[in-house]
Amino acid sequence: MSPILSVRDLEKTFGSLVAARDISVEVPSQQTVGVIGANGAGKTTFINMITGHLRPTKGGIWFEDLEITGKPSREITRLGISRSFQVAQVFPSLTVLDNMCVAAAIARGPGNWLGRIATSVQSAEVKTAAEATIELFQIGAYRDSIASTLPQGVRKLLDIGMAVVGSPRLLLLDEPTSGISIGEKFGLMNVVMSALKTRKITVLFVEHDMDIVGRFADRVLAFYDGTVIADGTPDETLGDPRVQELITGTRLKLNTAGNGGHA
Amino acid sequence: MGGRTLLVGGLMFLVAAVAGPFLPGWIVSLATIAFANALVVLGLIVLWRAGLVSFGQALYYCIGAYAVALAARWVGLTDAIALVLLGGICAGVTAALLGALLARYREIFFAMLSLALSMILYGVLVKSESLGSTDGFSVATPSFFGYAPHQEALGLSLYWLTLAVGAVAAGLVSVYFRSIAGALAAPVRDNEIRVEFLGVSVNRVIHLKVMISGILGGLGGALAALSIGHVDPNMAYWTTSGSFVFITILAGAGSVSAAFVGSLLFEVVRSLAFDVIPQLWQMTLGAVLLLTILFLPDGLGSLVTRFKRREKVKTP
Repeated sequence: MSPILSVRDLEKTFGSLVAARDISVEVPSQQTVGVIGANGAGKTTFINMITGHLRPTKGGIWFEDLEITGKPSREITRLGISRSFQVAQVFPSLTVLDNMCVAAAIARGPGNWLGRIATSVQSAEVKTAAEATIELFQIGAYRDSIASTLPQGVRKLLDIGMAVVGSPRLLLLDEPTSGISIGEKFGLMNVVMSALKTRKITVLFVEHDMDIVGRFADRVLAFYDGTVIADGTPDETLGDPRVQELITGTRLKLNTAGNGGHA
Repeated sequence: MGGRTLLVGGLMFLVAAVAGPFLPGWIVSLATIAFANALVVLGLIVLWRAGLVSFGQALYYCIGAYAVALAARWVGLTDAIALVLLGGICAGVTAALLGALLARYREIFFAMLSLALSMILYGVLVKSESLGSTDGFSVATPSFFGYAPHQEALGLSLYWLTLAVGAVAAGLVSVYFRSIAGALAAPVRDNEIRVEFLGVSVNRVIHLKVMISGILGGLGGALAALSIGHVDPNMAYWTTSGSFVFITILAGAGSVSAAFVGSLLFEVVRSLAFDVIPQLWQMTLGAVLLLTILFLPDGLGSLVTRFKRREKVKTP
């Protein structure tokens, strides 16, 4: 099967600063890929280039057989690559249902402005899709709550749900558990990952907690100094001596499995 | 609920139309001006919902008015309906062009840029001797499909025309508010990044809003020009824009019909204040504005929503 995402020789420089270099990765459909690395290692630059937020200096990105290098982010979103954010991005003055309806209406509605004026936002199809996604992410109890009043974990789930309701094929999660207490992290990731499995969505997620990476990823990419230094199953990558020395620090610390305390 | 709101709105317009012939002439002309202004206010509400305030809506109002006056003077076009449409189109085209620039700005920058643009038009008109400079000039008496009424009948015809345009505009704006493009107002106000990443250009959302508000402003200005029978550069002056913002605060952005009620109330208060205490009428208006902000921060329209909510609580 041909990969859903292919990245070849990707490089991004800001003046003399090299933020990413020599990144070549192929992601098969429905794989769950964890992305690890210290701050400044190039993880977010990598994600931002795939979503079209940054234009690569060199190299190319393919979504299935279509080259998307340098395409504007709105176009990439419409092709089926969606993302969530480190800090949940929702519409605070709207209810959970309305948040989801807006996301569903944009994704499922017409792509041109005449169509967007002529189509009602409250169509049955939009509402059904929104309700189904709310149930899938197990936030039905908050359906009519205003988003600004939501607990952090629910807001995160809503943020990811809004990215999923448009039926993307590839989802990029930027630190899905950041800002979530250690006790809630696993519960949240269980909900997210089973939802994404149900929808058969390929996932790339940036994560600092190695326990979470080990549990949920099929494959782990380790970033260091702008490039990928290890790529394999969680055991392979996390067991790699260079990764242990440079990223997880397990060789230096005795009892912690990772540097999961990052906020 | 949507259907019921439309029905109530339609009934309000019908009642206003039927009452026309039984009202004294001065009330009819006051209401005509009020409802013409309400169209401009409707345009401000379209922007308001996305968190944008324009202090330059008088630009479109003035363009609509001058388009009517000039078409009658230069081309001899007198058909009221054609003139009003022309006013809307001219203002709409202007808004489409300026919108490309305005859509890049937010908050105070959007407000000030729109104010600056309207003041440019004011400056140009004041310097245009051929257009009567600060005095402006009169608008030819309009006709309706060849029928050319005078005095009372003219006032009543213009009142009905204004009501008809108002009803159609209110209906279309309600439909727009329920459309995908219209429903993006609160999301744009709340979180532009999220809207962009859902695949929609925020600038285009705003550009479209500027165009809609421009068309509505032009229609309002065209109707006002026909009703007053005269145009002058003051129609583009910032105090004119200010009074539209005033009415928007009074009406609130929550409902379409509140624009018409609020506008009527504003004209009534202004006329009464001018009649009863001519030296202090501005102070009276100021007091009304202050009271509105203090006790009805969401405007007159919120009275209806409050009532509805109470009704809902009573009957679970």
